[in-house]
Amino acid sequence: MLKTLEKIPAQDPLNDPEQKAIIDRILLENKGLPGATMVVLNSLQEAIGHISPPMQVYVAEQLGEPVSRIHGVVSFYSFFTTTPRGKHTIKFCMGTACYVSGIEQVIEKAKQILEIEPGQTTEDGLITLELCRCVGACSQAPVIVVDEEVEGRVKPNRFPKTIQDIKTKEE
Amino acid sequence: MAYFRSHVLVSVDPKCIEKGAFELMGALQDELVKQGLVDEVEVLETSRIGDPETSAPDLIVYPEGVHYANLTIEDIPFLVEEQFIKGRVAAQYAREIKEISDEELTVAQAKEMRIVLENIGTVIPLNVEEYIAHDGYMALGKVLTEMTPEETIQEVLASGLRGRGGAGFPTGLKWRFLRNAEGEPKYMICNADEGDPGAFANRRVLEGYPHSVVEGMIIGAYATGASQGYVYCRAEYPVAVKTIRTAIEQAKDLGLLGENILGTDFSFDLEVRMGAGAFVCGEETALMASIEGLRGEPKPRPPFPAQKGLWGKPSNINNVETFSIIPQIILKGSEWFAGIGYKKSTGTKTFSMAGDVKNTGLIEVPFGITLREIIYDVGGGIKDDKKFKAVQTGGPMGGCLPESLLDLPMDYEALDQAGSILGSGGLVVMDEDTCMVDIARFFMEFTQEESCGKCTPCRIGTRRLLEILTRICEGKGKPEDIPTLRYLCEQINENSLCGLGKGAPNPVKSTLEHFLDEYEAHIYEKRCPAKVCKALIRFEIIDGLCTGCTLCARNCPVDAISGERRQLHVIDPDICIKCGICEQLCPYDAIEIK
Repeated sequence: MLKTLEKIPAQDPLNDPEQKAIIDRILLENKGLPGATMVVLNSLQEAIGHISPPMQVYVAEQLGEPVSRIHGVVSFYSFFTTTPRGKHTIKFCMGTACYVSGIEQVIEKAKQILEIEPGQTTEDGLITLELCRCVGACSQAPVIVVDEEVEGRVKPNRFPKTIQDIKTKEE
Repeated sequence: MAYFRSHVLVSVDPKCIEKGAFELMGALQDELVKQGLVDEVEVLETSRIGDPETSAPDLIVYPEGVHYANLTIEDIPFLVEEQFIKGRVAAQYAREIKEISDEELTVAQAKEMRIVLENIGTVIPLNVEEYIAHDGYMALGKVLTEMTPEETIQEVLASGLRGRGGAGFPTGLKWRFLRNAEGEPKYMICNADEGDPGAFANRRVLEGYPHSVVEGMIIGAYATGASQGYVYCRAEYPVAVKTIRTAIEQAKDLGLLGENILGTDFSFDLEVRMGAGAFVCGEETALMASIEGLRGEPKPRPPFPAQKGLWGKPSNINNVETFSIIPQIILKGSEWFAGIGYKKSTGTKTFSMAGDVKNTGLIEVPFGITLREIIYDVGGGIKDDKKFKAVQTGGPMGGCLPESLLDLPMDYEALDQAGSILGSGGLVVMDEDTCMVDIARFFMEFTQEESCGKCTPCRIGTRRLLEILTRICEGKGKPEDIPTLRYLCEQINENSLCGLGKGAPNPVKSTLEHFLDEYEAHIYEKRCPAKVCKALIRFEIIDGLCTGCTLCARNCPVDAISGERRQLHVIDPDICIKCGICEQLCPYDAIEIK
């Protein structure tokens, strides 16, 4: 784990003026708020898409917390990621109802089409596959979440259409 | 309030937004202004009306109840002219509503009784006037002007209301602990971290009736002397977070939150904090750690939150559903509420019904109803008329109950005695095609991953349980596995720090007790009776039924199926990963699991 901010990789959000401005705005907005760590990290994850090790050091410095504590929080919660994600995310709900209704077969199909495992991103950086906890849409099981949108009653043979829809949107 | 002769409800379902619902709304407003109808026709947002796949964007006109679908901005002038000036239906755009497709919340079935869910789906969630028109914030007015904090606690206590988050501790008693606790400030916290897979009632309440939760929290704060409140909502529920945030803003604008609420000297402020995907944060001490900005690890109790809670100050945590019932108890009286239910469990409980049952979705029933009534009368029985095998209540910390326990009257105590819990009201029904060893393994995978790692019995114990269960599912089980599982269950339950660890063995314990034969079949006969465990089954194509349509071969993720068109196909067992896609797809039922 990085301890100081001496060598920031070129592609880190801290080196991108636009993203740096967003990071600073989030930190400024929440400084002094009781329990700011979680609020800041949640906002960063949403705005930047990940919380890189240099960002964690920067947050620690700005909030006056030890780096170990920030890293401890980032690594504890599954929503925080430390590497960039694809442009779109497909999450597979691993809730009980989805498991019973066959989400595993949908995952198999996704692995076959995209040739990546859950947790990985396609080479073109377009799609990241993730497993997630119950999204609470159990009456429509099995469920996937494409970006923010929940798709219910997913069937393995209809999964290619989901990918096609994402690609069409991109064009 | 202004009077309108017509109301237009425009669906702002995500699909409809994508297809231009907001642009459509803007065009409609413009046209109404142009025609001088703005004071006569009101345009409102609503959730989905028809099937968004086929009808987006769409709207519905009341009082006529005409549904117009697939509209474009160009259609609007004609529609306004026909519908609102000439007063007739613009037939070419009108559609029959096939069903109001709210899959989660259908109309109440026989034997249901709705208190929490009563107004969900019928009122616009973020229209505070509409909430007020449904007696909203009247209970708050009542406690602030007619009741002392002590009387408020007394009323809640007399209603018999118990925590809807699962533990079932009397809410009034919890409030009294906080009221009597020394130290300032005091915190009132709403646990909206509904992490149980299979439970979604809290999400629906937050999204559909958010002001009831806000009102319940303000009443709780008044009764206990809390000055600051937090709603801790899980990050998996982005819509719920947005909705409750807006509701809080609306309440602040109306003087229902903040300084000197309703002109009295009582002040209370409320904020939303978001989780970040850690199941254990539903445990109250872990939840408070998370609000403080720390890792969500539980603390030993005592000290209890009422003495030393959030930031070391006296705190109280109740569940979303608990808070949303409070206003109704205050308005209708504790006697009314205590009159519903069974023994020491008063009132109603929502259940999120899912799995292999015909009617899935949210239901609300009075305590005392049996599981059989829930599954067969409310739920309509098992899907595809298969045989019932088990029902799992209370999420991953709950047990799997067999047919023989279906006639138990449901309350906190009965479920506890049966080896399960009420939990947050998740109810997953499983049919004969479910392997109970695999289900136990599935839950252990969940708890093992979600164990925060602070205490050893839970961190290492759940791991050992998972290893053994995985081995059994792979056909490598040993006879001594069963006693080892039992021993581990007992140790983890007795020695874990928090509810997660204590409840973690429940799925294993209950399946061992009620479905021992399935464990034995896996261990001694290397056979999975439900034909689920991949290592113990193989797929074969039946000669005579296979027409050679190639559907299975085209969909096999690993190309394990070969065969010419119109010829019998064959599965290569060495390549087959037993995903079951072919079996699901085959239109001729020609694929057999052996």
